[in-house]
Amino acid sequence: MLWSCLHFPDFHLQLLLRAGESARALAVTSPTRPPRILSCNHGALDQGVRPGMTLSAALALEPALVERPRNESTEAAALQGLAAWAGQFTPTISLAPPDGLLLELAGSLRLFGGLAPLLRKIEINLRELGYHTRIATAPIASAALLLARAGAGSKLTNLRDLPSALAPLPLRLLDLPEITLRCLAELGASTLGQCLRLPRQGLAARFGPGLLAPLDRALGLLPDPRPLFQTPEHYHNRILLPAPVGDVEPLLFVAKRLLLELAGFLSARRSGLARLDLELHQEDGAILPVLLELSAPSRDATHLLTLLRERLSSVTLKQRVEAVVLRCEHLRPVPPGQLTLFPEDPRSGPQRWMIIDELRARLGREAVHGLAVHTDHRPELAWRACEPGTNSSPSPYPRPLWLLRQPLPLKSEGGTPRFRGPLQLLAGPECIESGWWDGQDIRRDYFLARDAREELLWVFRERAAPHGWYLHGVFA
Amino acid sequence: MNPTHHAPARTLDSLLEQPWIWRGDQYAKVALESIPSGFDALDEQLPGNGWPRGAITEVLTSYQGIGELRLLTPALAALSQQEGWIALIAPPHLPYAPGFSNLGVDPSRLLVVAGKSDSESLWAAERCLRTGSCAAVLIWTNAGERGLRRLQTAAEQGGSWGVVFGHTRLAAQPSPAPLRIQVSPGRRRLDLQILKRRGGGWAPPLSLDVDKPSPASLDAPAFERARRRIRPGQA
Repeated sequence: MLWSCLHFPDFHLQLLLRAGESARALAVTSPTRPPRILSCNHGALDQGVRPGMTLSAALALEPALVERPRNESTEAAALQGLAAWAGQFTPTISLAPPDGLLLELAGSLRLFGGLAPLLRKIEINLRELGYHTRIATAPIASAALLLARAGAGSKLTNLRDLPSALAPLPLRLLDLPEITLRCLAELGASTLGQCLRLPRQGLAARFGPGLLAPLDRALGLLPDPRPLFQTPEHYHNRILLPAPVGDVEPLLFVAKRLLLELAGFLSARRSGLARLDLELHQEDGAILPVLLELSAPSRDATHLLTLLRERLSSVTLKQRVEAVVLRCEHLRPVPPGQLTLFPEDPRSGPQRWMIIDELRARLGREAVHGLAVHTDHRPELAWRACEPGTNSSPSPYPRPLWLLRQPLPLKSEGGTPRFRGPLQLLAGPECIESGWWDGQDIRRDYFLARDAREELLWVFRERAAPHGWYLHGVFA
Repeated sequence: MNPTHHAPARTLDSLLEQPWIWRGDQYAKVALESIPSGFDALDEQLPGNGWPRGAITEVLTSYQGIGELRLLTPALAALSQQEGWIALIAPPHLPYAPGFSNLGVDPSRLLVVAGKSDSESLWAAERCLRTGSCAAVLIWTNAGERGLRRLQTAAEQGGSWGVVFGHTRLAAQPSPAPLRIQVSPGRRRLDLQILKRRGGGWAPPLSLDVDKPSPASLDAPAFERARRRIRPGQA
């Protein structure tokens, strides 16, 4: 086993900052009474605000401080999202709440070309998601967790190296009760190594198994079982903006981060999405839904972002937006991309559907359609607007390339129809008589005609009185 | 044939194929990727022996509907048998599927795009050309010179064949399109005048029966026919 722990220092603050770095002083406060500063950005640090201060002290230093209370459920949801995203690297994932993720990587090393390239890839991808992380690797999950919390960045692959690597770590990392830590400090033990040098029996008698068990698990002396994370069926994530925005551009920045996370999740599930729901939560509490429909399922983050950019460009924001929620419930299986020697031909394969989605995202769904022949003798019913790519049977009769939506009544003189002058009838009549069963029956004689401009026209004469002439198509 | 005699002839032929050689009586034959137009007499006058891929073709007419679309259908029919969409951007009337189908253009390849404004249609045309997912893009929107320049760049990038329909009065204005053809109705035929083509040179006026494309011309690949014509001695 080889466990890598991704530890997100100041996770609550990172969740705010990944929605866009704010120049204003920003702090996350504890839900205690009185509220204390848990973490703050550079803007606040520059004004002298420090973690641990009470909020009132911090406000005295920086009256313009933006303060957000810590929200544990947001953090839990974000951690779940990260675990879903990490499924693209390994199927064995365990949550280490509140701010850590454990990935078992031994099975993935071959695919990603070794530990160092894999960890680099994870780190770079996390940075694109807007997260700053400390990664530590060890053969034991608990050890990896402790090392990552300590920020060591170590890569241990051998059990024998564990005791020496863990020895200098402070005992604080172990989540022990405050009273235990104080007692141990009085005994002269503030690191794991110092604690382990104390007589074991005495420690067990004085502090119970609560102290020794986590130590033994980290050293591999006790089994270290971890609950496995199950990749969810659907994806749902939200980003709270540090300050409400009224423009589309910062929303796209946030959406990109959400989409990249979603792409990792889709890749882990070997799926693509056919439809994407984005919700823009506005200041007044109203929700503006933005729907994106795809003609072929995709998990290509770049493509999705292009579509979203076009879609959002047609959205007008009446209110400023506070949070962005991404929801995706319509997954379709998409096999992992095959390794190709040559770049994919954009005219064939899945790429040819992308242009349709892109056009529709900007122009609206109805603005783009395909054409099909429909087996009906009545000219106005012999075609259908359909989804692009729909097959239909070929038409055996010569027909014009343009059809008028409504037949245009023509004047006639002595039995000859006129359209910019008298028309010359070249061929016909072709009698079309059909539709008596559905009330839209027609009885017409169609002719091929030429007008003074040498245009070839498709005209017809009603068989019923008063035998009116109509223009119905242009051969173009 | 004795190879020693053959070799200099080939050298000369290959030399004459170079785009920078200009023979007074002829426009330079440029080795271009092209789509056979289906009309031998027209192919002979087009650089690359067909409609150029990766470029804009401007078709100028006084009225719409005189046969300018049927001039293109043999090429569109051939393209519809291959991969890629044939996009119709802002068509002036309803494109009638049975009509296209009867002329051999598979309607399942057609993509009808209707923008709400000229700028939307222009954007759609540009995207269709640039992504390369469309084999041909037919455009009925008023592009203007700047628009045409954008479309030409997009066509170059995507390798698509873009056709912009315009009015004859635009003939006098400069245009970035490398191929410009003025089409006017003749007696039961279509009169063509090539206003501009790659390689330059004056092109004689053509008169085509657009309802009778040369059937054989569609079989042989453009490249083969180009070779045959360049070496008339071996034809």
